[in-house]
Amino acid sequence: MGRLDPLFEQTRAEGRAALAGYLPAGYPTVDGSGELLAAMIDSGCDLVEIGVPYSDPVMDGPTIQAAADSALRNGFRLRDLFTVVESVASAGGRAVVMTYWNPVHRYGVDAFARDLAAAGGLGMITPDLIPDEAGDWLAASEEHKLDRIFLVAPSSSAERIDRTVKASSGFVYATAVMGVTGARDQVGSAAAGLVARTREHTTLPIGVGLGVRSGEQAAEVASFADAVIVGSAFVSRAAQGIQPVRELAEELAAGVRGAVRSA
Amino acid sequence: MTSAPDQQDHHAPGEHDPDEHGHFGPYGGRFMPEALIGALDELSAAYDKARTDPEFTGEFKRLLRDYAGRPSLLTEAPRFAEHCGGATVFLKREDLNHTGSHKINNVLGQALLTKRMGKKRVIAETGAGQHGVATATACALLDLDCVVYMGEVDTERQALNVARMKLLGAEVIPVKTGSRTLKDAINEALRDWVSNVDTTHYLLGTAAGGHPFPTMVRNFHKIIGAEARAQILDLAGRLPDVVAACVGGGSNAIGIFHGFIDDPDVRLVGLEPGGHGIDSGEHGATLSEGLPGMLHGAFSYLLQDEDGQTIEAYSISAGLDYPGVGPEHSWLKDTGRAEYRSVTDAEAMESFQLLARTEGIIPAIESAHALAGARKLGEELGPDGLILVNLSGRGDKDMDTAAKYFGFTGDS
Repeated sequence: MGRLDPLFEQTRAEGRAALAGYLPAGYPTVDGSGELLAAMIDSGCDLVEIGVPYSDPVMDGPTIQAAADSALRNGFRLRDLFTVVESVASAGGRAVVMTYWNPVHRYGVDAFARDLAAAGGLGMITPDLIPDEAGDWLAASEEHKLDRIFLVAPSSSAERIDRTVKASSGFVYATAVMGVTGARDQVGSAAAGLVARTREHTTLPIGVGLGVRSGEQAAEVASFADAVIVGSAFVSRAAQGIQPVRELAEELAAGVRGAVRSA
Repeated sequence: MTSAPDQQDHHAPGEHDPDEHGHFGPYGGRFMPEALIGALDELSAAYDKARTDPEFTGEFKRLLRDYAGRPSLLTEAPRFAEHCGGATVFLKREDLNHTGSHKINNVLGQALLTKRMGKKRVIAETGAGQHGVATATACALLDLDCVVYMGEVDTERQALNVARMKLLGAEVIPVKTGSRTLKDAINEALRDWVSNVDTTHYLLGTAAGGHPFPTMVRNFHKIIGAEARAQILDLAGRLPDVVAACVGGGSNAIGIFHGFIDDPDVRLVGLEPGGHGIDSGEHGATLSEGLPGMLHGAFSYLLQDEDGQTIEAYSISAGLDYPGVGPEHSWLKDTGRAEYRSVTDAEAMESFQLLARTEGIIPAIESAHALAGARKLGEELGPDGLILVNLSGRGDKDMDTAAKYFGFTGDS
């Protein structure tokens, strides 16, 4: 039983995809990120992905790199992550953490899982950890009842998709394009195909991320995916203040609701 | 006179290979985005097939001989040795290879492999520019498109090598993110790779990164140790007491170490950049001062803070200021088969000048770290000691840094 199962039962019952919004913890400040994440939930995000600012974010494009740099320069510490998660969870929001693996390893995988669960987090998305290397995390996530959200990519073979979905819980993160994070004018045509290929191996919900920035794109992705994940577009809006973040969440939330379901 | 040992031996699978997932003990592996796993699998399959294919190993051997100029010489350095406690010192002259360093070995191997995989575009990172120049060279030779990522700080420190790469037809992209040095150049190359993986091979320049890079790069450099072992037996009549090599990412060191790894009486010593001194906090002594962690695809020693954020490395040498290190070195450290020490900027620069003035050889500042280590080892071993130093590269590229350091600039 995944921690995110109730969310997807609800969205499936409503005949729509879920909306997941990403923001790094500590951006622009620790308290400020808590307020922005709360606003994202108020304005229509079903789930927030709280990023861990990291010195070497190889999967991120310029927008998220700059936000992570800014958070680190402002003194973000890993313990602040749990403060932000707790602020979201205590207000009734659903939160997972998205993090490169070394900060978790350095903190201690079991200790990190324990503290994340205690703060009310529901799981973790791990962009540079594949199930093959995830022995410690498989054990810690069982122990502390957290969802393990691994990624599949357009380049993933059927064998790798199978291995990845079997290790996952909550949902599977499908990267829409071969590339790094960042808003794009078009969501890759590979996304729908990847979701279809992934569905051959699992009944888990599938979220699609990388490149979505508008309600129209959200509607398009919602027509074939179970969750629409938006990162860089929220980070760009966060630099402009809380109201632009609210407006984007509302636009995207309308998008996931207006979509015509193909399934 | 010895001839180059059979190249095929260096590629055949053996007992010093990691497990099938690329683990040397606990180190190595693949801490990489799923999007790149397919490319690593493709590379592993291509390399596994090539390493036992006489057509590939034969072509590689031919290029090393007819293009890179191998075997490189082994040169005794008696006047330098007078400053090494009287020990005997031999230099493995990787500086005499085409393009001026050991880097050409790995680059030719991977460029051949790129052709076999049917890819047309090569990307690479470079710190000092040695690997970038070598990559641009191999791409010119083998008709591959070449893009080199180089930290903006390094493009300024190594302007001559930027011009070389451009002359050879490569595009050089200055990296302006993070510390704007080698680690950030690797980050940017990885971002390029994940976006262009169908057409592009990432020609990584050191024995680090996700599996199979550490093993493959090592094997392309094993020729250094194999030649050196035969040469020193020929010239000195015995195996050395110590093999000394500088370690940034660790590719020249792993290449020469493997020639002697099964000779238990030969000590293997890696010299890391101590920068302004370990206590200053400004250094790149990853194995001496770091803790195991993940960077650029492998689990290995790493300079990191208590939150797991990478700490920027510092060295006067642009080729050594890397906060990570190849995973096999971490394993050799933990098992005790190799030892790692640090050498400060000042010690390295003293040996840089000393070799120039005693032997008429200007080493790369990277290699000067190994020379400085050899001086201390010589004091410890005394007059009976026999030391083999890997002179991994020549110092032409470092003349601007050296001129500033020694005050040779201006009209004086």
